[in-house]
Amino acid sequence: MAEREMVRKTTSSRSTETVEEEAKSASTEKSEKLKAELDDLLDEIDEVLEDNAEEFVRNYVQKGGQ
Amino acid sequence: MAIIKVCGVETEYGIQMLGVPDPNPITASSLLVNAYLSLVSKKVGWDFVDESPMVDARGFTRDFQLAPEVETHLINTVLSNGARYYVDHAHPEYSSPECYTPREALLYDKAGEEVLRRSMEGAARVLGPGQSVVVYKNNSDRKGNSYGCHENYMMDRAVPFGKIVSQVMPFFVTRQIFAGAGKVGTEMAYLPKEQVPFQISQRADFFEEEVGLETTLKRPIVNTRDEPHADAARFRRLHVILGDANMSEYSTFLKVGTTAIVLSMIEDGFLDGLDTTLETPVPSLRAVSYDLTLKRPLPLADGGTATALEVQGMFLEAAKEYAAAGGLASIGDEAEGKEILRLWEEVLSDLEVDPMRLADRLDWVAKYRLVTGYRERHDVGWDDSRLAAIDLQFHDIRKSKSLFYRLGQERLLADDEIEIAVTEPPRRTRAYFRGKCLAKYASNVAAANWDSMIFDLGEDPLRRVPMMDPLRGTADHVDELIESCDTAAELLRALGS
Repeated sequence: MAEREMVRKTTSSRSTETVEEEAKSASTEKSEKLKAELDDLLDEIDEVLEDNAEEFVRNYVQKGGQ
Repeated sequence: MAIIKVCGVETEYGIQMLGVPDPNPITASSLLVNAYLSLVSKKVGWDFVDESPMVDARGFTRDFQLAPEVETHLINTVLSNGARYYVDHAHPEYSSPECYTPREALLYDKAGEEVLRRSMEGAARVLGPGQSVVVYKNNSDRKGNSYGCHENYMMDRAVPFGKIVSQVMPFFVTRQIFAGAGKVGTEMAYLPKEQVPFQISQRADFFEEEVGLETTLKRPIVNTRDEPHADAARFRRLHVILGDANMSEYSTFLKVGTTAIVLSMIEDGFLDGLDTTLETPVPSLRAVSYDLTLKRPLPLADGGTATALEVQGMFLEAAKEYAAAGGLASIGDEAEGKEILRLWEEVLSDLEVDPMRLADRLDWVAKYRLVTGYRERHDVGWDDSRLAAIDLQFHDIRKSKSLFYRLGQERLLADDEIEIAVTEPPRRTRAYFRGKCLAKYASNVAAANWDSMIFDLGEDPLRRVPMMDPLRGTADHVDELIESCDTAAELLRALGS
């Protein structure tokens, strides 16, 4: 947390535009990273997913709890 | 000044037994707990055949029969990290030890997940080929059966319960926008399936009352169970049964953190002027869960309306003033309290712009994005069973199979601190005394529960050490004492009991 506070202090001393631009590009970068991670998982999901989805879902029965 | 919000999270896990004819969930749950105990006993050299040191005063078994077809007794045990691990309502349940801050509650909840993972591995060793028990950290089987993830917060007994109920209600109804674990579809039989293709909360379908004592049927938003496990004249334990079991560290941290702050504010009379009373809390709980736009207005008692985001915004604003007035000390760590506020604000503002921004931090958003991504790629309808399978498998706790873990979410914890928390108790609550006594004097501990330890020194009668204050028995209080006492007899002599 100390590190984050330090970063915030540094950014606050710079011009608002620089910060906004950086935030914007960071946000684009982040959404691209998120998309890439999702695509990777979607590429392999059929191998990870339980073989027979219908049977898996049907057989997942729990006794009620709290 | 509000008292420290000692807190904890108890999770009932879903289980599936594979390769076993007529699987019995109680047997499977017992198998998991027993398997973990055998692993631990090897690690620290406890002899569980002759001794049952990790037991709870409310009943235990020393049946270490591991054959899955054998019905074992309900098992109830206490771990060296101060947690309770047991079989409840046909589910394995892990109750974290009493924690000093919300981050610590998150840490010990994740340690519990690790305990369950190790239990699964242990169970696999005693099961036959092709047999396994798989554990899910979720709250619904999608067929109308629900099991809970409860939170506990220590409150000052002096605060009238009615005041807690009325002031916390709008917060509870709306906090799911960051604390929900997400669900494909609905379990409300009367609703057309296409009306709720996806919802924010696992649990909203199951709540029918505003206030009540029940936890397994007609579940209430505010639970009235009054079992403080502490000095009842001074303390109340608010038992919160509303929440979802979260995979996401952000969701758990925010859920416990914001709730601890709101309860502190209530205790300090800081919300007395905040009027956000909802006209219809139970229908509103579902309305919030079913509205992924977060824009739906909820009717207020004063005739106006507010969205879930607006209600949360009002609590956040009050919390900022509370922080400025020095209120966050009751969160255990003021810097952590400020971090909770910062994240709360960041998450609300991201939710307002576009919830999908939180796909790497919040459970429901991550799950929603995954199922919609799958739908787009394979062009399947919402009723496709693969989407329901993705929903379930999101909560599989095995890291290789869990879709949550495979998504690679942002973290707040490090793996090595979770590893430590699996065996070491929190240092700033009475859980420290409990955990350390179990670790050091196991053979003389006859029973342990939340508010006492019972020692057997081989002579009559058994000796009971009460622990009625959750803030006593900390490392500061007892570390030197336990260090200096080689035996339980010395410890009890030093304690004067």
